Amino acid sequence: MLHTINKSPFENGTMLTCFRFLQPGDPVLFIEDGVYAVRSAGHYTSDIRDVLKTNPVYALLPDLDARGIDAVVEGVQSIDYDGFVELVEHHQVNSWL
Amino acid sequence: MSDANNNVRKIMHVMRHAPHGKIYTYEGLEMILIMAAYEQDLSVVFIGDGVFALKKGQETAGIGIKGFAKTFMALEGYDVEKLYADADSLAERGLTPDDLLVDVKVLDSYEIGALMNEQDVIIPH
Amino acid sequence: MNIGILLKEGPYNHQAADTAYKFAEAAIARGHRVDAIFLYNDGVLNVTRHMDPPQDDRHIASRWDELNKKHGVEVLACIAASKRRGINNDVIIEGGEITGLGTLTDIAIRTDRLVTFGD
Repeated sequence: MLHTINKSPFENGTMLTCFRFLQPGDPVLFIEDGVYAVRSAGHYTSDIRDVLKTNPVYALLPDLDARGIDAVVEGVQSIDYDGFVELVEHHQVNSWL
Repeated sequence: MSDANNNVRKIMHVMRHAPHGKIYTYEGLEMILIMAAYEQDLSVVFIGDGVFALKKGQETAGIGIKGFAKTFMALEGYDVEKLYADADSLAERGLTPDDLLVDVKVLDSYEIGALMNEQDVIIPH
Repeated sequence: MNIGILLKEGPYNHQAADTAYKFAEAAIARGHRVDAIFLYNDGVLNVTRHMDPPQDDRHIASRWDELNKKHGVEVLACIAASKRRGINNDVIIEGGEITGLGTLTDIAIRTDRLVTFGD
């Protein structure tokens, strides 16, 4: 199951809620305002590092670029819309709106 | 994923918003009632503020919005019997199953996560 | 792969309509069929042909129209959600259609993936 998160963790609890339900190996993709979670500085970097121990984490590059985020937590993979589709080819999707 | 010879799909509706403040729960419920007629394997899970949708004693006359909490009680009549609530979400809000209008199965997040992974489709509301 | 999209948020107010469009474009470019885009909640507002953004901004309704005409993507607005919000056949784009939630159920059954975008 691919989990997408589109909310900044600084604004609401969606990301931390989603993390409680992750199964090991499930990919997590941050999109839209969700990408603020993976900036290499900030309060939630340790949560991202914890998830990275068991799950692959992706962030949508056009959303990072749009928000001026050029450094992400090590291990987080930047992908474009093509990469998003590729993840969907391999997984059903759970959008945490 | 569904068996190739089996057209019944596992569809989970995830309710994560409180009622009334936003329309998502109400229109989500409308969607569930229609889908129920299609004999798919439906389930509904209440997570986060979604559990407030099931709270007893909601009186909406004063806010001028039609109440719909009691419609959840009709789900059973539509054969939508797989209703789950997240244990932590209830505990965090000081709710117990007695505070809720309908019987739900209370599961922990690991169990709900495992159920999510069995689904063909997950629709968030 | 046959892909369905559920879009639950109106245009401009939220990025959901833009992400859904970019995703659909990328899916088509990768050789997939985007079967339908089903509009729900305020998402039904995506198909009003009366939207008139400034020249230098994207025209979201036209994007959906184009996806329909070029790639055969069905652009479907839920009738119950549409009626509530004043969306009807008089105001929708040519490539759009108003339909019931039963159609969404069919989409959920016949597609390999249903991907939801919203707030």
